[in-house]
Amino acid sequence: MEAKEIFKKLQDQFGEAVQELNDEVMQPYIKIAPDKTNEIAQFLRDEEDLQFDYLMCLSGLDLGENLGVVYHLYSMKLKHKIVLKTEVSKEKPDVHTVANIWRTADWHEREAYDLLGINFVNHPDLRRILLPDDWEGHPLRKDYKPQKSWHGIPVTLDSEEEENDAVEQ
Amino acid sequence: MSELQALRDNILFTTLDDLLSWARSGSPWAITFGLACCAIEMMATGASRFDLDRHGMFFRPSPRQSDVMIVSGTVTIKMAPLLRRLYEQMPEPKYVISMGSCANSGGPYWQYGYHVLKGVDKIVPVDVYVPGCPPRPEALIHGIMELKEKIKKERILSKIG
Repeated sequence: MEAKEIFKKLQDQFGEAVQELNDEVMQPYIKIAPDKTNEIAQFLRDEEDLQFDYLMCLSGLDLGENLGVVYHLYSMKLKHKIVLKTEVSKEKPDVHTVANIWRTADWHEREAYDLLGINFVNHPDLRRILLPDDWEGHPLRKDYKPQKSWHGIPVTLDSEEEENDAVEQ
Repeated sequence: MSELQALRDNILFTTLDDLLSWARSGSPWAITFGLACCAIEMMATGASRFDLDRHGMFFRPSPRQSDVMIVSGTVTIKMAPLLRRLYEQMPEPKYVISMGSCANSGGPYWQYGYHVLKGVDKIVPVDVYVPGCPPRPEALIHGIMELKEKIKKERILSKIG
């Protein structure tokens, strides 16, 4: 199924929540509302002529003012692909989970939460996955500043050390 | 006469200190412990081509039986407390070889790596630094030889006395 048809089908079903289609790029994408991701994902997986049974990747992005989530979907049965994109503000980064639809999303969403601080609503177990549980901040945010130390272990070089190293270089 | 000759060939004068240091330098057992790509080189060093057994070095599966810790790879901050615990579980006398740029100074993560310790010497005392990214087995063996020289020069008894 072509991206245009998928977009049409989604729009008929969800109306406003399916915002726009861009099929002039190599991987056509559809923009959707962050609070409707779960319903749309359910529909994409279960509909007879869509059958997107495989979530290839779920990625988080820092777009400057907003945070984004990108879903790459594939249908093993029907051999077609689509990309979904959604955006949320940094003040209230709530995106509805798709972990109950594709189990892959469980850890992918935890990673996006860990590194970018995107809050996946209704996620079964939203904890950090890579960094220690008591880490401060989300490192892949553009404005991230690492903490000075963690449990007495220095995380950043102190300024004096950095200067000395710069001189040596 | 032949008995005297035989006696002469088999008597050696040394100090107990020297003997102990010589013996200890002959078998620095290392803890089985690898962190990143340097560990692959360390394994290659241990395997048949380079053969660490020739140097009396064996990898032991427990810190309690080890003399040397080869920190082979990137020490992430999450890993640092565990590395420190392993070090503390080793009996004295104990040595640390820092292998590769990451363990030496943070390596490629030196400036912007929020998750990497800027040198393992921030948490454990290091005896020998082996440069390289990763160091070839020859380089690691050179580091081990340097450590052996260091052990040979130690004076345990006179230090206590």
